[in-house]
Amino acid sequence: MKFADFITTKAIRAELKSQTKDAVIEELVQALLEAGEIDADQRDDIISSIMKREELGSTGIGRGVAVPHTKHPSVQKLVGTVGVSESGVDFDSLDGERVQLFFLLISPPERPGDHLRALENISRQLRDDTFCRFLKQSKTAVDIQQLLQEADDNQFVSG
Amino acid sequence: MNNDASLHRTVVVRNAEGLHARPADLLVRLASRYQATIQIGKNNEWVDCKSILSLLTLGAAQGTELSVSAQGPDAAEAIDSITAFVEAGFNDTGEIRGAYPAI
Repeated sequence: MKFADFITTKAIRAELKSQTKDAVIEELVQALLEAGEIDADQRDDIISSIMKREELGSTGIGRGVAVPHTKHPSVQKLVGTVGVSESGVDFDSLDGERVQLFFLLISPPERPGDHLRALENISRQLRDDTFCRFLKQSKTAVDIQQLLQEADDNQFVSG
Repeated sequence: MNNDASLHRTVVVRNAEGLHARPADLLVRLASRYQATIQIGKNNEWVDCKSILSLLTLGAAQGTELSVSAQGPDAAEAIDSITAFVEAGFNDTGEIRGAYPAI
Protein backbone atom coordinates (compact mmCIF):
# COMPACT_ATOMS: atom_id res chain seq x y z
CA MET A 1 0.00 0.00 0.00
CA LYS A 2 1.22 3.49 -0.85
CA PHE A 3 0.67 6.81 0.91
CA ALA A 4 -1.44 7.93 -2.04
CA ASP A 5 -3.87 5.09 -1.25
CA PHE A 6 -4.84 6.47 2.15
CA ILE A 7 -3.47 9.97 2.72
CA THR A 8 -5.89 12.76 1.80
CA THR A 9 -3.77 15.47 0.22
CA LYS A 10 -6.17 18.26 1.11
CA ALA A 11 -6.04 17.28 4.79
CA ILE A 12 -2.25 17.40 5.13
CA ARG A 13 -1.17 19.95 7.74
CA ALA A 14 2.33 21.38 7.92
CA GLU A 15 3.03 23.62 10.91
CA LEU A 16 0.43 22.19 13.27
CA LYS A 17 -0.75 24.82 15.73
CA SER A 18 -1.71 22.44 18.52
CA GLN A 19 0.50 22.01 21.55
CA THR A 20 -1.25 19.13 23.31
CA LYS A 21 -2.14 15.54 22.44
CA ASP A 22 -5.89 16.17 22.47
CA ALA A 23 -5.59 19.32 20.38
CA VAL A 24 -3.41 17.67 17.72
CA ILE A 25 -5.90 14.84 17.29
CA GLU A 26 -8.75 17.34 17.03
CA GLU A 27 -6.83 19.49 14.52
CA LEU A 28 -6.14 16.51 12.24
CA VAL A 29 -9.68 15.13 12.44
CA GLN A 30 -10.94 18.62 11.63
CA ALA A 31 -8.61 18.65 8.61
CA LEU A 32 -10.21 15.43 7.35
CA LEU A 33 -13.64 16.94 7.90
CA GLU A 34 -12.73 20.07 5.92
CA ALA A 35 -11.39 17.85 3.14
CA GLY A 36 -14.77 16.11 2.98
CA GLU A 37 -13.51 12.70 4.13
CA ILE A 38 -15.66 12.39 7.25
CA ASP A 39 -19.16 13.51 8.21
CA ALA A 40 -19.54 16.60 10.37
CA ASP A 41 -21.91 14.84 12.75
CA GLN A 42 -19.36 12.06 13.29
CA ARG A 43 -16.46 14.38 14.12
CA ASP A 44 -16.78 14.34 17.91
CA ASP A 45 -17.36 10.60 18.08
CA ILE A 46 -14.27 9.95 15.94
CA ILE A 47 -12.15 12.22 18.15
CA SER A 48 -13.34 10.51 21.32
CA SER A 49 -12.71 7.02 19.96
CA ILE A 50 -9.16 7.99 18.93
CA MET A 51 -8.62 9.33 22.46
CA LYS A 52 -9.96 6.09 23.94
CA ARG A 53 -7.44 4.14 21.90
CA GLU A 54 -4.67 6.39 23.21
CA GLU A 55 -5.71 5.59 26.77
CA LEU A 56 -4.85 1.93 26.12
CA GLY A 57 -1.31 2.90 25.31
CA SER A 58 0.17 5.77 23.35
CA THR A 59 0.48 5.37 19.60
CA GLY A 60 3.66 7.45 19.84
CA ILE A 61 5.85 4.66 18.49
CA GLY A 62 9.20 6.40 18.82
CA ARG A 63 11.49 8.46 16.57
CA GLY A 64 9.18 11.42 17.01
CA VAL A 65 6.32 9.63 15.26
CA ALA A 66 2.74 8.87 16.32
CA VAL A 67 -0.03 7.01 14.53
CA PRO A 68 -3.26 7.96 16.33
CA HIS A 69 -6.07 5.85 14.88
CA THR A 70 -9.45 4.28 15.30
CA LYS A 71 -11.95 2.12 13.53
CA HIS A 72 -15.17 3.93 12.76
CA PRO A 73 -18.32 2.66 11.06
CA SER A 74 -18.94 6.01 9.33
CA VAL A 75 -16.02 5.61 6.89
CA GLN A 76 -16.28 3.37 3.85
CA LYS A 77 -12.55 3.11 3.25
CA LEU A 78 -9.33 3.80 5.11
CA VAL A 79 -8.76 7.55 5.34
CA GLY A 80 -5.77 9.30 6.78
CA THR A 81 -3.74 12.44 6.96
CA VAL A 82 -0.32 13.70 7.99
CA GLY A 83 0.58 16.53 10.31
CA VAL A 84 3.95 18.00 11.19
CA SER A 85 4.71 19.95 14.35
CA GLU A 86 7.91 21.96 14.32
CA SER A 87 8.26 22.13 18.10
CA GLY A 88 6.86 18.68 18.79
CA VAL A 89 4.07 17.68 21.16
CA ASP A 90 4.18 15.64 24.35
CA PHE A 91 2.32 12.49 23.29
CA ASP A 92 3.29 10.06 26.08
CA SER A 93 5.44 8.28 23.51
CA LEU A 94 6.87 4.86 24.21
CA ASP A 95 10.39 6.31 24.08
CA GLY A 96 9.44 9.51 25.92
CA GLU A 97 10.33 11.77 22.98
CA ARG A 98 8.14 14.59 21.77
CA VAL A 99 6.24 13.83 18.58
CA GLN A 100 6.74 15.85 15.41
CA LEU A 101 5.17 13.55 12.82
CA PHE A 102 1.55 12.43 13.01
CA PHE A 103 -0.15 9.90 10.78
CA LEU A 104 -3.83 9.83 11.74
CA LEU A 105 -5.85 6.89 10.40
CA ILE A 106 -9.56 6.07 10.43
CA SER A 107 -10.56 2.68 9.08
CA PRO A 108 -13.81 0.80 8.53
CA PRO A 109 -14.30 -1.85 11.26
CA GLU A 110 -14.20 -4.79 8.87
CA ARG A 111 -10.96 -3.93 7.10
CA PRO A 112 -8.12 -4.80 9.50
CA GLY A 113 -5.86 -5.75 6.59
CA ASP A 114 -5.89 -2.25 5.11
CA HIS A 115 -5.01 -0.73 8.47
CA LEU A 116 -2.10 -3.18 8.86
CA ARG A 117 -0.78 -2.40 5.38
CA ALA A 118 -0.95 1.33 6.08
CA LEU A 119 1.02 0.84 9.31
CA GLU A 120 3.49 -1.34 7.40
CA ASN A 121 4.02 1.36 4.79
CA ILE A 122 4.39 4.16 7.35
CA SER A 123 6.85 2.21 9.50
CA ARG A 124 8.94 1.06 6.52
CA GLN A 125 9.32 4.58 5.23
CA LEU A 126 10.03 6.04 8.65
CA ARG A 127 12.90 3.63 9.21
CA ASP A 128 14.70 5.73 6.63
CA ASP A 129 16.47 8.58 8.41
CA THR A 130 16.48 10.85 5.37
CA PHE A 131 12.73 10.55 4.84
CA CYS A 132 12.12 11.14 8.54
CA ARG A 133 14.35 14.20 8.66
CA PHE A 134 12.95 15.78 5.50
CA LEU A 135 9.40 15.24 6.72
CA LYS A 136 10.15 16.92 10.05
CA GLN A 137 11.64 19.88 8.19
CA SER A 138 8.66 20.31 5.87
CA LYS A 139 7.15 23.78 6.01
CA THR A 140 4.23 23.41 3.63
CA ALA A 141 1.62 20.84 2.75
CA VAL A 142 3.03 20.77 -0.77
CA ASP A 143 6.48 19.82 0.58
CA ILE A 144 4.92 16.96 2.54
CA GLN A 145 2.89 15.80 -0.42
CA GLN A 146 6.02 15.74 -2.60
CA LEU A 147 7.92 13.72 0.02
CA LEU A 148 5.11 11.19 0.26
CA GLN A 149 5.07 10.95 -3.52
CA GLU A 150 8.83 10.36 -3.59
CA ALA A 151 8.43 7.68 -0.90
CA ASP A 152 5.68 6.05 -2.98
CA ASP A 153 8.11 6.04 -5.90
CA ASN A 154 10.59 4.13 -3.70
CA GLN A 155 13.14 6.90 -3.57
CA PHE A 156 13.91 6.33 0.10
CA VAL A 157 13.73 2.61 0.82
CA SER A 158 14.75 -0.37 -1.19
CA GLY A 159 12.73 -3.07 0.48
CA MET B 1 23.68 -24.90 28.21
CA ASN B 2 25.61 -22.91 25.66
CA ASN B 3 24.61 -19.26 25.82
CA ASP B 4 25.46 -18.76 22.19
CA ALA B 5 22.95 -21.33 21.03
CA SER B 6 20.17 -19.73 19.08
CA LEU B 7 16.67 -21.12 19.50
CA HIS B 8 14.11 -21.08 16.70
CA ARG B 9 10.41 -21.65 16.55
CA THR B 10 7.57 -20.96 14.14
CA VAL B 11 4.24 -19.43 15.14
CA VAL B 12 1.09 -18.29 13.38
CA VAL B 13 -0.70 -14.98 13.92
CA ARG B 14 -4.12 -15.95 15.30
CA ASN B 15 -6.06 -12.78 15.99
CA ALA B 16 -8.28 -11.20 13.34
CA GLU B 17 -6.55 -7.83 13.49
CA GLY B 18 -3.02 -9.16 13.02
CA LEU B 19 0.12 -7.63 14.46
CA HIS B 20 -1.14 -4.04 14.68
CA ALA B 21 0.16 -1.24 16.91
CA ARG B 22 -1.23 -2.42 20.24
CA PRO B 23 0.01 -6.04 20.04
CA ALA B 24 3.34 -4.75 18.72
CA ASP B 25 3.63 -2.50 21.77
CA LEU B 26 2.84 -5.42 24.09
CA LEU B 27 5.24 -7.72 22.25
CA VAL B 28 8.05 -5.18 22.68
CA ARG B 29 7.29 -4.86 26.39
CA LEU B 30 7.32 -8.64 26.79
CA ALA B 31 10.54 -9.10 24.81
CA SER B 32 12.24 -6.30 26.72
CA ARG B 33 11.98 -8.31 29.94
CA TYR B 34 14.62 -10.65 28.58
CA GLN B 35 18.31 -10.16 28.02
CA ALA B 36 18.17 -12.41 24.99
CA THR B 37 18.36 -11.00 21.49
CA ILE B 38 14.95 -11.82 20.03
CA GLN B 39 14.14 -11.56 16.36
CA ILE B 40 10.95 -12.08 14.43
CA GLY B 41 11.09 -13.19 10.82
CA LYS B 42 8.62 -13.19 7.98
CA ASN B 43 9.61 -14.46 4.54
CA ASN B 44 13.31 -14.31 5.46
CA GLU B 45 13.08 -10.71 6.61
CA TRP B 46 14.19 -10.47 10.24
CA VAL B 47 13.43 -7.63 12.62
CA ASP B 48 14.21 -6.78 16.25
CA CYS B 49 11.37 -7.90 18.52
CA LYS B 50 12.22 -5.06 20.91
CA SER B 51 11.41 -2.32 18.35
CA ILE B 52 7.78 -1.46 17.67
CA LEU B 53 8.63 0.41 14.46
CA SER B 54 10.42 -2.70 13.18
CA LEU B 55 7.60 -5.06 14.14
CA LEU B 56 5.07 -2.91 12.30
CA THR B 57 7.10 -3.18 9.10
CA LEU B 58 6.17 -6.87 8.96
CA GLY B 59 2.50 -6.10 8.31
CA ALA B 60 1.69 -9.52 9.73
CA ALA B 61 -1.99 -10.26 9.16
CA GLN B 62 -4.04 -13.12 10.60
CA GLY B 63 -2.69 -16.45 9.39
CA THR B 64 0.84 -15.16 8.76
CA GLU B 65 3.58 -17.59 9.72
CA LEU B 66 6.30 -15.90 11.78
CA SER B 67 9.67 -17.28 12.81
CA VAL B 68 10.96 -16.45 16.26
CA SER B 69 14.60 -16.69 17.20
CA ALA B 70 16.18 -16.02 20.57
CA GLN B 71 19.81 -15.96 21.58
CA GLY B 72 21.23 -15.25 25.02
CA PRO B 73 21.26 -16.44 28.62
CA ASP B 74 17.46 -16.49 29.01
CA ALA B 75 16.67 -17.44 25.41
CA ALA B 76 14.66 -20.51 26.38
CA GLU B 77 12.29 -18.57 28.64
CA ALA B 78 12.09 -15.74 26.15
CA ILE B 79 11.11 -17.93 23.23
CA ASP B 80 8.52 -19.75 25.35
CA SER B 81 6.79 -16.58 26.42
CA ILE B 82 6.99 -14.85 23.04
CA THR B 83 5.59 -17.81 21.13
CA ALA B 84 2.85 -18.34 23.73
CA PHE B 85 1.83 -14.69 23.46
CA VAL B 86 1.66 -14.82 19.66
CA GLU B 87 -0.27 -18.10 19.73
CA ALA B 88 -2.71 -16.57 22.24
CA GLY B 89 -3.54 -14.00 19.55
CA PHE B 90 -1.68 -11.37 21.57
CA ASN B 91 -4.68 -11.53 23.93
CA ASP B 92 -6.22 -9.20 21.37
CA THR B 93 -10.00 -9.28 21.29
CA GLY B 94 -10.35 -6.65 18.59
CA GLU B 95 -12.23 -4.51 21.07
CA ILE B 96 -10.91 -1.72 23.21
CA ARG B 97 -10.51 -3.28 26.63
CA GLY B 98 -8.01 -3.37 29.44
CA ALA B 99 -4.34 -3.80 28.75
CA TYR B 100 -2.59 -7.15 28.69
CA PRO B 101 -2.97 -8.09 32.37
CA ALA B 102 0.47 -9.59 32.87
CA ILE B 103 2.20 -6.34 31.98
